[in-house]
Amino acid sequence: MHILYAILIGPFVTMAREPAFLIEVLIGGLLAGVMYSLVALGFVLIYKASGVFNYAQGTMVLFAALTFVGMLEAGLPVLLSLIAVIAVMIVLAFAVERVVLRPLVNQSEIILFMSTLGISYFLVGLGQILWGGDVHPLDIGIPSGPLTVHGILINQLDLYAAIVAGTLVVALALFFQKTRVGRALRAVADDHQAAMSVGIPLKQIWVVTWAIAGLVALAAGIMWGASLGVQFSLALVALKALPVLILGGFTSIPGAIVGGLIVGAAEKLGEVFWGPVIGSGVEDWFAYILALIFLLFRPQGLFGERIIERV
Amino acid sequence: MLYREVGQFRTSYAADQAIFPIRQDRIGMLALLLVAYIAVPLVANEYWLSTIFVPFFVFSLAALGLNILTGYAGQLSLGTGGFMAVGAFTAYKLATAFPGLNIVLVFVAAGIVTALVGLLFGIPSLRIKGFYLAVATLAAQFFLIWLFVKVAWFQNYSASGVITAPPRAVFGHFFVTGPEARPAYKYWFTLTFAAVLALAAKNMVRGATGRKWMAIRDMDIAAEIIGIRPLSTKLLAFAVSSFYIGIAGALWAFIYTASVEALAFDIDRSFQILFMIIIGGLGSILGSFLGAAFIILLPIFLNNLPNQLGLHVGVALVTNLQDIIYGALIVFFLIAEPNGLAALWRIGKEKLRLWPFPH
Repeated sequence: MHILYAILIGPFVTMAREPAFLIEVLIGGLLAGVMYSLVALGFVLIYKASGVFNYAQGTMVLFAALTFVGMLEAGLPVLLSLIAVIAVMIVLAFAVERVVLRPLVNQSEIILFMSTLGISYFLVGLGQILWGGDVHPLDIGIPSGPLTVHGILINQLDLYAAIVAGTLVVALALFFQKTRVGRALRAVADDHQAAMSVGIPLKQIWVVTWAIAGLVALAAGIMWGASLGVQFSLALVALKALPVLILGGFTSIPGAIVGGLIVGAAEKLGEVFWGPVIGSGVEDWFAYILALIFLLFRPQGLFGERIIERV
Repeated sequence: MLYREVGQFRTSYAADQAIFPIRQDRIGMLALLLVAYIAVPLVANEYWLSTIFVPFFVFSLAALGLNILTGYAGQLSLGTGGFMAVGAFTAYKLATAFPGLNIVLVFVAAGIVTALVGLLFGIPSLRIKGFYLAVATLAAQFFLIWLFVKVAWFQNYSASGVITAPPRAVFGHFFVTGPEARPAYKYWFTLTFAAVLALAAKNMVRGATGRKWMAIRDMDIAAEIIGIRPLSTKLLAFAVSSFYIGIAGALWAFIYTASVEALAFDIDRSFQILFMIIIGGLGSILGSFLGAAFIILLPIFLNNLPNQLGLHVGVALVTNLQDIIYGALIVFFLIAEPNGLAALWRIGKEKLRLWPFPH
C-alpha cells in the first residue's frame, strides 16, 4: 500500500503543495525539451526527404560542434569559423550523398539505417582524430547564470536555446513554404516518383536536405556544447531525440517540437517527483516508456502521417 | 567438380525434406563438426579458445536469436543487449539461489525467463511497425539495464555491481566456470549449445513456424488474410528470439567473461549484434555465424595491424582509426553486398556447381 501511495498519489500531493516549484520544474523541463527538439528536427528533415532514418544525426551534432570549437581554438574569429563549419557540413552532405546514398538507392530501409550507423562510427573517429577527444569548453558569450522571474528560477542558456530553436523553426518553415528549393523538398517528401516526373533532381535534393540537417546539427551542437562542453557524449543526445521522434511522428516538424517539449517536461517531472521513489537515473528510460505507452494508442505518433496500408 | 549433385536422386519425401539434401553438404557439415569438436581444441592454444572461439559461439547464438526476430519475422529490434542482460542476471540468480541445480538447466531456465520478458516487450509489435518499433524496443534496452544497475537484489547486493559466475561443472567434474575451468571445456560447452540451438533454429525456420514468420515479414496484411495469426506468430518470434539471446547472455556472463556488470550489455552491444546479422545476412542461419566471425575478428585484426606493419602509434589514435575503418567497412559491405556474407557464399556455391565448365 505504502509503495502504491508513494508512486500514485504522493508526487501529486507534493506538486499541489508547492505550485511555484512545480512551475519551475515544468519550465526547466520545457526548455530542456527544446534542446531535444533541436536534435530531433534534423532526424525529421532527412527522414521526410529521403526516407532514411539517420542515426548519424547525433554524431553530426558532435562533429559540427567539435569542428566549430576546433576552429575557435585555432584562433579564427567566431563569424569566420561559423562560415567554415557550414562549409564543412555542406561538403559532408555532398560526400554522404555521393559515397553512401547513391550506391544504396532502392535498398530497404534497414540497410540505409545501418549505413548511417557506419557513417556515425566514421564521424566519431574522424572528429576525434582531427580535434582530440578531450572536453572542449565552448563559450559563445551567453550569460549562464540563472534568471529570476517572479521568484521562479530559469536557466538563461536554456532560454537562449529556446530562442534559437524558435528562430530555426520559423526560418525552416519560411524556407519550406516560400522558396523554390523548399517547395521541391516538400514535393520529394510527399512522393519521390511524382517529384522526379515533374523534373525535380532527386540527388541534388538529397544533398540540400543533408546540408540543412547538418546546419540544424550545428545549431544543436553549439547550444548543447555551450551547456555541457563539447565532448564525445554529445553524440548520445541522439538517443534522447529518438523518443521525441516517435512521440511526435517521424515525418512532422511541429511533431518534433511538441514531442520535445512533452518529453522534456515529463522527464524533469519524473526525475524530480518520482525519482526519489523509484531510484535515480530515471531519465534514461522514462521518455522511452512514455513514448511506448503513447504509441500503443497512436501508432504513428502525434502528428505523423496516418499509416495507410494497401495490399 | 567435387560439388556436383548429378545422380543424387531423392526417392522418398523424407529424403526430399532433409536439412541437407545434397550429399556433399552432409559430408561437409559432418567434417566441419568433427573439426570443430576434435581438431580445433587439439590445435588451438588457450588464447584462441577462450578469447576468439568462445565469444564467437556466444555472439553467433545472440545473432541467431536476433536473426530469427529481424531476419525471419521482420521485426526490427534494438533491445538485444537488454535481453542478454536478462539472461545473464537470471542465470546468476538461479545459480546462486540453487547451488545444486545443473548448469545446463540454469541456462535453459535463464533462456525461458528471457523469453517471457521478450514476450512482454513484444506486445507493442502488434500495433507498431518498422522504425517506430525499433525505437520502442530501445525502451526495453534502457529500462532493463537501468533495472539491473539500480536494483541490488539482482547482483546479490555486491558493492561493485559486478556479478561473478560461481564454479560449476558438467558431468560431475568438468568445470566450465570458476577458477578450475579449462578453456577446452568452456569451448566444448559453448560449441554444443551453439550447435544444438542452431540445428533447432534451422528446423524451425524451414518448417511451418518459419514460413509463418517469413509471411509476416514479407507482408503482414497478406499473411493475415491467408490465415496466419499475427498475434501468436509475432509473439512466438519474440519469445524464441529472446530465448536464444538470453542463453547467449548467460553464456557470455558465465563462460566467456566469468564476471560481468550490467553496463556490458548497453546499446553498443545491441548495435554490434545488429551489425552481425546485417553483414552476415538477414534471414540466414549460416549468415549469423559468418557475421559473428567477421565482427569479432575485425577489431582483433585492426588492433594488431599497426604492430604487424611496424608502426608505432598512440592508443587513442588506434581507437579512433578503428572507428573510422569500422564505419567505412560497414558502408562498403552494405554497398558491395547488401544481402550479406551468406549471399556471397550462395553465389560461390552456384559457381562451384558449374566449375570448371561455366556454361
